[in-house]
Order: sequence, then structure tokens, then C-alpha cells
Amino acid sequence: MEHLKDREVAIIERKANKIRISLIESLIEAGSGHTAGPLGMADVFATLYFSVLRYDPKNPLADDRDRVILSNGHICPVLYATMAHAGFFPTKELKTLRQFGSRLQGHPHREFLPGIETSSGPLGSGLSQAVGMALADRIDRPQSPVFFYCFMSDGELNCGQVWESVMLAGRDQPYNLIAVIDRNGIQIDGFTRDIMPLEPLQEKFESFNWHVINTDGHNVQEIHSAFGEAQSAHRPTVIIAHTVPGKGVPQFERDYRWHGTPPGKGPEDIVTKDKQGICALKQLRNLKGTIVSECE
Amino acid sequence: MLEQGIHFHPKLGTSDEEKVPIRKGYGQGLLEAGEKDRRVVALCADLTESTQTHLFRDRFPGRFVEMGIAEQSMASVASGMAAMGKIPFFTSYAMFSPGRNWEQIRTTICYNDVNVKIVGSHAGVSVGPDGGTHQALEDIAITRVIPRMTVIVPCDAEEARKATIAAADHDGPVYIRLQREETPLMTTDVSPFEIGKAQCLYRSSNPSVTIFACGAAVRTALTVAEELAGDIGVIVVNVPTVKPLDPTVCTYAEASGCTVTIEEHQRIGGLGSAVAEMISESCPMPVHRVGVDDRFGQSGTPEELIDHYGLSKEHLAEIVRVAAGGRGAR
Repeated sequence: MEHLKDREVAIIERKANKIRISLIESLIEAGSGHTAGPLGMADVFATLYFSVLRYDPKNPLADDRDRVILSNGHICPVLYATMAHAGFFPTKELKTLRQFGSRLQGHPHREFLPGIETSSGPLGSGLSQAVGMALADRIDRPQSPVFFYCFMSDGELNCGQVWESVMLAGRDQPYNLIAVIDRNGIQIDGFTRDIMPLEPLQEKFESFNWHVINTDGHNVQEIHSAFGEAQSAHRPTVIIAHTVPGKGVPQFERDYRWHGTPPGKGPEDIVTKDKQGICALKQLRNLKGTIVSECE
Repeated sequence: MLEQGIHFHPKLGTSDEEKVPIRKGYGQGLLEAGEKDRRVVALCADLTESTQTHLFRDRFPGRFVEMGIAEQSMASVASGMAAMGKIPFFTSYAMFSPGRNWEQIRTTICYNDVNVKIVGSHAGVSVGPDGGTHQALEDIAITRVIPRMTVIVPCDAEEARKATIAAADHDGPVYIRLQREETPLMTTDVSPFEIGKAQCLYRSSNPSVTIFACGAAVRTALTVAEELAGDIGVIVVNVPTVKPLDPTVCTYAEASGCTVTIEEHQRIGGLGSAVAEMISESCPMPVHRVGVDDRFGQSGTPEELIDHYGLSKEHLAEIVRVAAGGRGAR
């Protein structure tokens, strides 16, 4: 894949910020849901949907579409917001998140919303499904044009089932399987390094015969290059996206207490509950559509 | 009297009954389903020969996935394959699948509404010497409680073959429960089988008790009915589909007014519970459930264990006598 032009990077960065604003608004309206992960993954989702992924929002079941398997279903606010901005459904529907009758279930449900490939929520099962899809596809199409993108959290790697599927993909080598790990370092009970240390993560995957790419999860150009490298690797590839949980709202960043808390219900030691939503939106709008990379 | 329309196996009831493990019928049925429909694929967790999946593997190596000992991943890999249009059958011992991977079956298969078939072999205490860890006695309960799931417990190898082919044609999740031991062939290739249908196998002219059975216990029920003939009139109904339960269960129950169930499963949650649920709502009457009474299995020969856990023909006959007597006193 070719490098993005500066203008294209700027467009994606602005998309990412719109996605952040939309997901914060939907979480405020819902009054429950996860904040840190979705904010942290906005740049990766924006880059994927607006420069990499093959899809048609008007024909979400097209046979040759790329598949997005969201194994960490709890970060669905970022997937929903991205899909809305990509034209799958009207952005105003984002305000129905988690409400009775909404297509935007608290954890994604395939039957409710076209464009969702699998229902998910319980962690650890998505990669197995993605491997199954890739292996099934290979039976019919040895040279399939389809890529299977499986998103996982880093905390999710605690689950034994993940490693069952990592082992299977390592053996059968589906060339079009791309896992993306949101390496934000937090899970509900605390920092991943305290709860269940994962390092050395790269070596773990390499020892299972996977190709590993580390990327700054907030640098659009770098994320784009990572997807390009993964597509041409011709072997199972994991992109470890190093992200900042809560990215874009400084008061939320790197604080694991925002894992499963929406603005308005969060810790009060920095911002009072009644101001958390306004504060978040103000912070995001003040960024003027630019998220500064952690690597800069 | 044996029902005429069933087309029983010619050797049934003779001194040289043909005995075949129920799981063998699955292996054959999977092969036939695979030949009929190229969308059928199979997965197995390091038990390919003992679950008889090797027949399919050898015939269609490109449509078989050896999972290794990874039942949780197997359920979800099957889900992913179904999402791409395949009809996956995945097989292990019932204790591990649907035992170990229940949540993956619930979420990634049933909640996700994909067309996957779960096949649990070596169910029941008749697994024998391997002991209680390997004797699944809860699998009917944990599968039938999941929305969208169909649950089938074939009575012999021939019915298992038909159930497997029918499951491939059925759109939606199916659990097929298989037993390991050699079981007398009762049915033939022309015997009726349809998902959701119970079959009356035996009917006395003046029945006092209706016995509902599934799996190898169907043979036990038939034996008891024949041994009690002239003393207590009995109807025997084979219920291969535990879910959805055939509403004619009530018709057969009302024909005698008293019900006994038998299965190689916990008394809680299995066929007996399913029958009792339907009868309590639609045609209330006493229901006597024969099964394992809230206990775990242990090592022994199948015969010793069937006797110890109260699943023998002697035990069933005693329950039928008590049931018939209780009905008389009512």
C-alpha cells in the first residue's frame, strides 16, 4: 500500500476526532458503557475504515467484503461511531446506544445491525471465529481477496482460548488473517502489568509463528503502513497498536478507572461528574481535529 | 405389541441381536452428509477415531480441521466457518463439548445464530472404566436450555446416521448426543426419523403406563414393556428429539394416564424434565423420572454402572410397577 499523502492523513485525523466526539456523545446519552478503549482506538478505526478496508455500506453483505471481527465487543462505541461516519447508518442513531429497541446493543449483535460480522462481548472468542472464517474461505477461494481483521484488547490475552486460536493460525497459516491488539495497558481491575503481565508480547506471538508489527496507535501514517505490511506478509499477522486509553481527553488518559465508565459517571478527583461530559467534548473540540502522536 | 410402521431391525429381540456403537452411525452419517452437500465441514479435538470423524477426514481431508485439544476454540472456529457459509460439525466427548465450551456455544453459535452442529460422544455412565470425569450426565440440560438449540439423542447407530444427515439439512444449531457402547440395532434404514418427532415403538391394548425414553435406554424400555406384557400394559415412545419436544408426548401420555421417563442423564434437566414440563402444562399427571439421581459417575463396567445408578431394566420395571400401582390408587 502506498503512503498516505499529508492531505489524506489530515482527513483521517479529522474523521478520528469526529468519531471521538460522536462516541462521547453517545456514551453521555447512554449513561453507561466503556470510554477509555473506544477513545484509544479511534485513530486505528478511522485509518482502517477510511484508507484500508474494503466495504460497501449500501451492500454490507457483499461476498468480497473484508470482515471486521470485534472480539473485544465492549469497545463497540468506537465501531458504531466509525460505521456511522462511514455511511452504514445515520450518525443521529448513535444517540440510541444501549437503549431498548436500539440496533446499537451494549455489546454488538450481528442480527441487530448490518455491518456487524459477529455478536461479541465475552472475551477471547473472536480470534477463533476469524481463523475459522479464513480457513473456510480458503476452501473455496485459495486466492481470496478478502482480509479478516480481528480486534482484541490486551487484557483479553489473559483468556486461554486466545492462545488456542493463535496456535491454530500458527499451524495453518491463513495468509489473510490480521489481528489488531489494543495495547493500552489497562483492564478493569488495573494496569495489565499488575493484573497479568503480558510481556514479552512480541516474542510470544513470534514463537507461535506469527508475523508481528508494532505501531503507534495514534499515528495515522504509521497505522496505515502497518496494515499495508500486514496485507503483504502472507502469513498470520498481529499488529500491536500501542495506544493511550482515553486518548483525546487528557483527564481520562491512562486512567484505568475510565475502562468501563461513561462521562458523567467517572471518578471525581479531577473533574466533577456533572462536568465530565462537557469537559470531554470541549477537550476534543479544542484539538481542532488533530491528535498529536505519542511518538512525536 | 411392536408398532408396525417402525420397520424394526429383523434381529431385534432374537438371541443374536446386532450391536453397534451409536457413534459409528454418526461417522457414517457425517460421511453421507458430506457427500451430499459440499458445504459440510468437520472439526475434531484430538479424538478423531473414537468419535468416528476419521471417516470424513479420510474422504474429505480439505474439509476437515484437526483442532488439537482445544474445545473452546473449536466451537468458535466452527462459528466462523458457518459465517462463511459452511455447515460445520464439531465433535469431541460430550464432557468437553458441550461441557467445557458451553459459553462459546451459547455466544458464538446460538446467540450469533449460525448453522453449526455440535456432536458430543461418550455420553452417560456407560462410558464405564474411564470414570466420572468422562461420563457426561448434564449435557442435555445445558444444551436444551439455550435458545435456538435443537437437541437430538439417537437410540441406535442407524438413528444416529439419520439424525446426522437431518441435522445437516436443518438450518440452525443442533446438539447430537452419542453413546460409546455397543447398542442393539433397533431400527433400519426405512424406519421413520424426523427432527421434532417422537415415535411410538410399542403399545399394549390396555396401557397403564407410558414410557418415554431416549438413547440406549430405549432398548431397556422395550425390554421392560415386553417382560411386563400380560401384567401391566405399557406404551413405549422413543423421543430422539428432546428439543423441540414433540407435542404428541401428551397424546401418548394421556393414552395411559401415567408417565415414566428413562435416560442415561441426570434426572434434573434432561428428557424427564422436558416431558414433565410439557405434561405439567398441557396434560397434568404423575411423571416418574428414571435417571441418575444428582450424583457423579465412577469407574466400572457399563453393566455395573447402569445397575448401580438405577438405570437397569429391573429398576425400570420396578418403577413402572410402582407407577401403575399409584395410578390405580389415585
